[in-house]
Amino acid sequence: MSLLDSKVPEGDLAEKWTNHKFDMKLVNPNNKRRFSIIVVGTGLAGASAAASLAELGYKVKAFTHHDSPRRAHSIAAQGGINAAKNYTNDGDSVHRLFYDTIKGGDYRSREANVHRLAEVSVNIIDQATAQGVPFAREYGGLLDNRSFGGAQVSRTFYARGQTGQQLLLGAYSALMRQVGLGTIDLYPRQEMLEVVKKDDEACGIVVRDLVSGEVSSHSAHAVVLATGGYGNVYFLSTNAMMCNVTAAWRAHREGAFFANPCYTQIHPTCIPASDDFQCKLTLMSESLRNDGRIWVPTATDDQRPAGDIPESERDYYLERKYPAFGNLVPRDVASRNAKTVVDEGRGIGPLKNGVFLDFAEATARDGEDAIRSKYGNLFDMYERITGENPYERPMRIYPATHYTMGGLWVDYHLMTTVPGLYALGEANFSDHGANRLGASALMQGLADGYFVLPYTIGNFLAPRLGQDPVSTSDPVFARAEAAVEDRTKKWLSTKGTKSVDHYHRELGKMVWDGIGMARNRAGLEQALSDIPELEKEFHANVIVPGSAATLNQSLEKAGRVDDFFGLAKLMARDALEREESCGGHFRDEHQTEEGEAKRDDENFSHVAAWEFNGPDTAQTRHREELEFENVELTQRSYK
Amino acid sequence: MSNSMNLTLKVWRQDGPSENGRFETYEAHGISEDASFLEMLDIVNERLTEDGKDPITFESDCREGICGTCGVMINGRAHGPQFGTATCQLHMRKFADGDEIVIEPWRATSFPIVRDLAVDRSPLDAIIASGGYISVNTGAGPDANLIPIPKEVSDTAMDAAACIGCGACVAACPNSAAQLFTAAKVMHLNLLPQGQSERWTRTEAMVETMEEFFGSCTNHGECHAACPKEISLDFIAWMNKDYIKSKVKNRKLASQT
Repeated sequence: MSLLDSKVPEGDLAEKWTNHKFDMKLVNPNNKRRFSIIVVGTGLAGASAAASLAELGYKVKAFTHHDSPRRAHSIAAQGGINAAKNYTNDGDSVHRLFYDTIKGGDYRSREANVHRLAEVSVNIIDQATAQGVPFAREYGGLLDNRSFGGAQVSRTFYARGQTGQQLLLGAYSALMRQVGLGTIDLYPRQEMLEVVKKDDEACGIVVRDLVSGEVSSHSAHAVVLATGGYGNVYFLSTNAMMCNVTAAWRAHREGAFFANPCYTQIHPTCIPASDDFQCKLTLMSESLRNDGRIWVPTATDDQRPAGDIPESERDYYLERKYPAFGNLVPRDVASRNAKTVVDEGRGIGPLKNGVFLDFAEATARDGEDAIRSKYGNLFDMYERITGENPYERPMRIYPATHYTMGGLWVDYHLMTTVPGLYALGEANFSDHGANRLGASALMQGLADGYFVLPYTIGNFLAPRLGQDPVSTSDPVFARAEAAVEDRTKKWLSTKGTKSVDHYHRELGKMVWDGIGMARNRAGLEQALSDIPELEKEFHANVIVPGSAATLNQSLEKAGRVDDFFGLAKLMARDALEREESCGGHFRDEHQTEEGEAKRDDENFSHVAAWEFNGPDTAQTRHREELEFENVELTQRSYK
Repeated sequence: MSNSMNLTLKVWRQDGPSENGRFETYEAHGISEDASFLEMLDIVNERLTEDGKDPITFESDCREGICGTCGVMINGRAHGPQFGTATCQLHMRKFADGDEIVIEPWRATSFPIVRDLAVDRSPLDAIIASGGYISVNTGAGPDANLIPIPKEVSDTAMDAAACIGCGACVAACPNSAAQLFTAAKVMHLNLLPQGQSERWTRTEAMVETMEEFFGSCTNHGECHAACPKEISLDFIAWMNKDYIKSKVKNRKLASQT
């Protein structure tokens, strides 16, 4: 028997969630106010969870390290959100969305979780629309849909190129409504630095006020982490500057297993880096692949402007290799193919590090106005960053780290291996398997927060009626606060010669080279020998100026980069142990003759969840076997 | 490769909300014209840090012009010289080699300085908490296609909803008024059918919360000129109209109960 009990209910796949909602224990409406819940993070998952829990009557404390909950990085999602509404009458259904998501994830996710996600997807659209999210509409006034990678139906709802912003503002408005009503205490500019346990259950958190430096404890009956993904371990990614793994990693150190850290997603359509100083890469929404055609010159080192290259000397390599899906193949496939052509020397642009995304045909077909109305803000953004006009010449794009499928292991209730500690949204590992489909992150974050956690958390709380939360004067909190203070002192007293950013950048290069778009044993072993060396140097030679009693951004970053070091080592080990290719995890040693990812279902059809054993001992790998009763495992083919 | 430039920065430094501030001068050498404005500051900060000095505190997050975290006065203009562009999306190719650039925090009494270029914009959240929502509990919404909304209406609501809450409108306004922010938020919801039930209470509450914190609008239009999302001044006119009506409507609604 594995340590990991997924708690997936019995019964038919399509009935599991419905039946389970009836089976779970409930907290009486009048008793909900007797329970307090901490929610860390105010992105889609955190804001929607905090608002929904407060509406139900729970006492909620919401924490964010931003100055306002509305800044969370969900806001930057551009393209859209999937839902099995079938408003387009093109054959969509809950089962098809479930099937596409399982297949897109390369059969490395839990059937029951994914089916539940597809079921509640339709409720999300209703909820968001009722909140006033201005989704795009047809002239008849009904909602418009577009298609996205990995699907052959149009099921993606969108609000121009700002879908994440609008959905987050919807969730944020629901959160602020509860703040105004006094049911949520909001704590902005507070960074969670410890999860606190008593008798092996989560009982609270320790936070540091980023402005005053004050360290304080908060206790509750349950703690919910909705703190996003860890893509910034690569330094260069499409994540925001403040995105980090710290909350999840500190939870891991307190006993929450970390699952599938090697599953990272490299997004195919980002603006290529222009120089070393660059601190982040900017994504161009995948929706652009609906109308843009991706190509490179047939010849290597062809530096002619795109317009001078005749059709006969262009290679529309995705359309050529995958006629059925063409430019809309899933992200991992699109990214790897871009890497292949660039590695062949056919990359374009001044650094030969990109491929063309060309709108000439769509513009000729639909007119420039139609293209402008669909993608206007993305085109403007591209021009601001590159100084090039994409209406006149093709965009240059290249893959960049964008999303992390791995995260804290959670059961069907979204509870981690620490009782009373939950993980939501990108912070958990749950629904995307080894590869996430476009427009599914927003769906999962909101599903977890609006429609899953509010049900499942009651099942945990109901038997605890009448118990008070652990007092913050308990020694467990004092110990956690002391640990935070000690680390702060250590960073400020090291007084080395190199900045935190310097080490972050160096770490990022190692992670990109060793654990990037394609991995192999030699590269992973190299990473496992280089990263600890750099980590040692970081601890000995970093400089963190200033004091702990003011806003000190170097100090904040030092702790986050320290956690990235721990994570990077675990990613490399996870990637090394997974001797197969699946989704975003591509091992050179395991590919088909056509160069596609080759899974090993016999030996690796499982979730790898890592248990922390102390700072100086390697983590232990545990397995949760994945059982597929409703889909047949096949080699993914998008041809 | 891209051209590099040498710049002189005059930057406002202030250790805390109640400390005295001052301008400090820094040389920024060898900056690529392809660097963004904030990447230029990153480079300056890394040099300061490795010299053992306190780096310049400034806030930013997404660096894609959507989260609204960043924003400084650049040569006296909120978000700098490029129209419709947040500070993080401004690139150094908009400046010339040898330029002197003056960098200050948002200037508004209602946005107290936290440190250097970082300010406290929490009054904007207070405006939202007072009514910037549609009261619909999770699960209570009807089918999304139940109420058709004319595309033009939905598009106009989206134009307002595009506001990123950066506070540039307040910083640019000679009165430090927050009319553009508040109008964008009010009218996004007031234009939509879903927002009608609370239209008048929302408008009154949000406008009056705004007035607790911010100055009064005298129709300069500086806010629009500084807005990275080019939010239209029309929304302010609409909000004013709704506010006047709300005073009558809310009284009538109250008398019906």
